[in-house]
Amino acid sequence: MIAAFFDSIPAMILLTGALVGSSAALLGSFLVLRGNSMLTDAISHSIVFGIILVWLLTREIAGPVQVIGAALTGILTVVLTELLARSKLVRMDAAIGLVFPALFAAGVLLISLHARDVHIHVESVLLGEIGFVWLNTVTLGGHVIPVSVVTLAIVLAVNLGFVLAFWKELKLASFDPGLAAALGFLPGALHYALLSLTSITAVASFEAVGAVLFIAFVIVPPATAYLLTRRLWLMVLIAIALALAACVAGYLLAERLDVSIGGMMASMTGVWFALALLFAPERGLVAQALSARSARLDHDCRALVAHLFTHQATDRAAEENTRSALNTHLRWSEARADAAILRAHDRDLIERRDGLLTLRPKGSAVAEAIFGRRESAGR
Amino acid sequence: MAELLSSGIVQTVLMGAALLGAISGMLGAFAVLRRQSLLGDALAHAALPGVCLGFLIAGARDLGAIMAGAFFTGALAALVMMLITRRTALKTDAALGIVLSVFFAMGIVLLTHVQGQGRTASAGLETFLFGQAAAILRADLWIMGGVGLAALGVVLALWKEFKLVSFDPDFARANGLPVLPLEAALTVLVALAIVVGLQLVGVVLMVALLIAPAAAARQWTRSLGAMVALSALIGAASGAGGALVSAAQRGLATGPVVVLIATGVVLISLAIAPERGLLWQALAARRARARISDRRVLATLQGLAAAHDDTHYPAERGMLKTALGAMPRSTRLEGLEARGLIRSVTHPPETTPHWELTSAGHREADRLARKTRAEGQDP
Repeated sequence: MIAAFFDSIPAMILLTGALVGSSAALLGSFLVLRGNSMLTDAISHSIVFGIILVWLLTREIAGPVQVIGAALTGILTVVLTELLARSKLVRMDAAIGLVFPALFAAGVLLISLHARDVHIHVESVLLGEIGFVWLNTVTLGGHVIPVSVVTLAIVLAVNLGFVLAFWKELKLASFDPGLAAALGFLPGALHYALLSLTSITAVASFEAVGAVLFIAFVIVPPATAYLLTRRLWLMVLIAIALALAACVAGYLLAERLDVSIGGMMASMTGVWFALALLFAPERGLVAQALSARSARLDHDCRALVAHLFTHQATDRAAEENTRSALNTHLRWSEARADAAILRAHDRDLIERRDGLLTLRPKGSAVAEAIFGRRESAGR
Repeated sequence: MAELLSSGIVQTVLMGAALLGAISGMLGAFAVLRRQSLLGDALAHAALPGVCLGFLIAGARDLGAIMAGAFFTGALAALVMMLITRRTALKTDAALGIVLSVFFAMGIVLLTHVQGQGRTASAGLETFLFGQAAAILRADLWIMGGVGLAALGVVLALWKEFKLVSFDPDFARANGLPVLPLEAALTVLVALAIVVGLQLVGVVLMVALLIAPAAAARQWTRSLGAMVALSALIGAASGAGGALVSAAQRGLATGPVVVLIATGVVLISLAIAPERGLLWQALAARRARARISDRRVLATLQGLAAAHDDTHYPAERGMLKTALGAMPRSTRLEGLEARGLIRSVTHPPETTPHWELTSAGHREADRLARKTRAEGQDP
């Protein structure tokens, strides 16, 4: 059973994707909340520089040295960016956009100058190839397991440990860095710890999904979860679940269409985001449109009641308290008038009597409340 | 070098690279001023699916179709960005990251789909990832030139409006300018710059071609016109320089070289630009410290003279040190002496150095005291 699992290529691909997805979503939840999403972008591009630099120094293409080297490059990116922004000569966004392309460009040039024959291709760093996780394996407890699965499992364990151990601190530092500093929680140290772990996760993931698709896993599932809930723990759980669902759906679609597996998995996170953007309860675009419509209808309903109240029991009631008066006097379209009348009927505010729109007791009460409030405000 | 320049291919590439650099430099200036540097990064990545779509529809590596496709998905990405930032609680950086990574992932999916069809012409599509100036054909120069002229025309025609929107959108709105359409026009122009620049540096490094020339130009001038012109110039020079270097040295891709040249220009500008540059700031701070130190020496000597009712009261170095908190540098005292404001005197039987204020020194101290009072600061 276990052997069959480790021997099955689809299972290993899915496992790799799931490990990347959950690690990324775990850290990404905090990065998105802290407004550091684009630093992820910078880090995951500039680790190309770190990877080639470590290779030039140690001739190692994978392993702990490589991970540490790349993590240091990630931190270097963040430090350089923040230094540049602090000089006040360029703004934060421009600083990010200056530092990481320079490091990336330097990395690409170093590769083309010194490492043309090695297994470092910029494209594979950038795009990854999850289907190739099988090319590099290790034997553990009698099972042949891809190296990246082992690395990613360790990385996930470290990330999980970090997040659980510093949950309270991370939460406070994300929402109120000032208070976190005042309470002595060292938000600065936490910031760098979080970004270091992001760098480590990025370098462990690049082989499988590539640098750019890693950004998708870090940012998109947490952002989607943020549209669905305002509870932090729930947001993290939803983000991880969405990442896992994207891995499965992406793998199945990619197999069927014969396209990039990593690309399809990342695209699926985009699909989940689009769905949440449209249909999230309360905060989705559809819910927003519906509640705006309902609020407009409520307002029309109140206007209608007020209109009827003003003219009832006057000699112009026969002219004013009709559907056509809403058309000609209030300049409402027929559909708008009908919708308002319908809603007022539904709420037992008005009735139709002798061809005239007449207030029911409840409607009169509403109208008195409207005018009473206005009179007391006028006084 | 002369041999290199006489080659027709090199000439084409050189002209193309300079042209692309100039266009992105000019339009990048507005993006940097509007704090939208990273929008360029997102739009550049979002152009990838468009490149593939253009190829799929045209059925060949037709520059016109590819540019149209890239422009279409770039504009779509900008719209999605606007939707996310306006209608959800997500911050701009998250919106940028979502658009960037998801569009790029879809681009990868399309790219592998195109390659999966096994068409030979599709080989050229990867060059859009990293750019390949050598692939520029003479016929392409006309398209780029046309796009550049159109962009220049729009910028000149809407110069005043763009200026106001870039520096003070609220004031522009209050003045009745259509801010949203103008901002959309600027975003469209940035997308245009990206579309033409992709050939040179590719989607990953495109952001540098937009930001670096503008960030460098910003250090040298305070005038928008000069900044835009200088930015275009730096962009053109970086493009041409990169094309030359990569033509001279086989195996060096043009894009990264262009980016590193532009980054070098930024670093030099940050260091030595007059008034804003770091070196300049350090010198100015030093001069200010020296001026304050001189002022305090004169004021102290005058105070001591007044206290002892002796206009030529010789103050001992220990007294100066006590009054000033620390002894001023000897070069400062020598400087004051050279200007004839203080005089080094001996005061037997003591052997330590003493200083007294000359009459010119008294006048200078009075003048500085009046100036200090007028400025309302502590001496």
